[in-house]
Amino acid sequence: MSLAKEFSKGIVSDNPLFRLTLGMCPSLAITTSVANGIGMGAAFTAVLLASNIAISLLRKIIPDSIRIPCYIVIIASFVTITEMVMHAYAPALFKSLGIFIPLIVVNCIILGRAEAFASKNGVFASVLDALGMGVGYTLALVIVSTVREVLGAGTFYGIPLGGASAQSALIMILPPGGFIALGCILALLNKLQNKTR
Amino acid sequence: MQEMFVIIIGAVFINNIVLSQFLGICPFLGVSKKLSSAVGMGVAVTFVMALAAIITWLVQQLVLVPLGIGYLQTIAFILVIASLVQFVEMVIRKTSPDLYRALGVYLPLITTNCAVLGIAIVNIQKSYTLASSLVNSVANALGFTLALVLMAGIRERLEDADIPKSLQGMPISLITAALMSVAFLGFTGLL
Repeated sequence: MSLAKEFSKGIVSDNPLFRLTLGMCPSLAITTSVANGIGMGAAFTAVLLASNIAISLLRKIIPDSIRIPCYIVIIASFVTITEMVMHAYAPALFKSLGIFIPLIVVNCIILGRAEAFASKNGVFASVLDALGMGVGYTLALVIVSTVREVLGAGTFYGIPLGGASAQSALIMILPPGGFIALGCILALLNKLQNKTR
Repeated sequence: MQEMFVIIIGAVFINNIVLSQFLGICPFLGVSKKLSSAVGMGVAVTFVMALAAIITWLVQQLVLVPLGIGYLQTIAFILVIASLVQFVEMVIRKTSPDLYRALGVYLPLITTNCAVLGIAIVNIQKSYTLASSLVNSVANALGFTLALVLMAGIRERLEDADIPKSLQGMPISLITAALMSVAFLGFTGLL
């Protein structure tokens, strides 16, 4: 596979959220505003990039039988670092993402990429893979949160769209809105795929 | 006693772990195709969450806080939970083959279930006592089981329904979950 493809597969053909439906929890919980979506995507990408690099570098040292616990410790360390950096420099974002920052540890995409890609490939390819997956996941989060914020709060990235009289559908930023938005987006993508086939 | 009651009602109905806190979505959508496996998963999660609540609380209060290394919480908890699940699996396999046959397949899935780690962290954040942590974890696990079993019941019916092609699979599951979530919103204001 060419290097460009390592990068682009995460964005379209193997998009973690829309195609593989991995990492659902944060995509439903924190997508109430576009700012949250971007913040979560950035934190996720940072952790994935760092863990892919570390695991790719250590892939010949880590014994096969205990590789999963090793990966988990590596990922958890980077999550902790990310958490501390966000707490220090982006306290508002840290507060609104809340528990979902430490929960990046159990995001199946990161462990999945470690197991399926970084443990078998060189550093450069792993970096591209992480960036592709990270950008793909961030884009997916931004799309879901755009739908929810525009419909539910009538704003985009905090900027009001309609006039003062515009009514917004509050339910979209309440918990059910997460399920509705993601369900409809997935159905739409299926529809598009069936058409092009 | 009243405090415990408030925790239980809050965790099972008002802030249902799946439908309003969005923890444990993967098993919720993955293991809800059949009623029997939904019940099995619910029992396994309840068991592990109760144990994890006790152990993570002890680790936090007896190790992390006295040593002043609270920032290692995420690493410590995920390791404790992963080894706990392994340990439970081994114990069940040795002591009760029947139980192992019923729960065995679900146990490995629980390590990556964010509900277990999530609730362990919430227990510490809300500075619950050991007893409250245990009650909160069990109540959340019951809420998880409730949502899972309801979902499995609905999905067994959906098998026969005529669903448009684009909506089949994940989209219709998510929309079903949305409707359940709307129903659970009705519990707001119960307390």
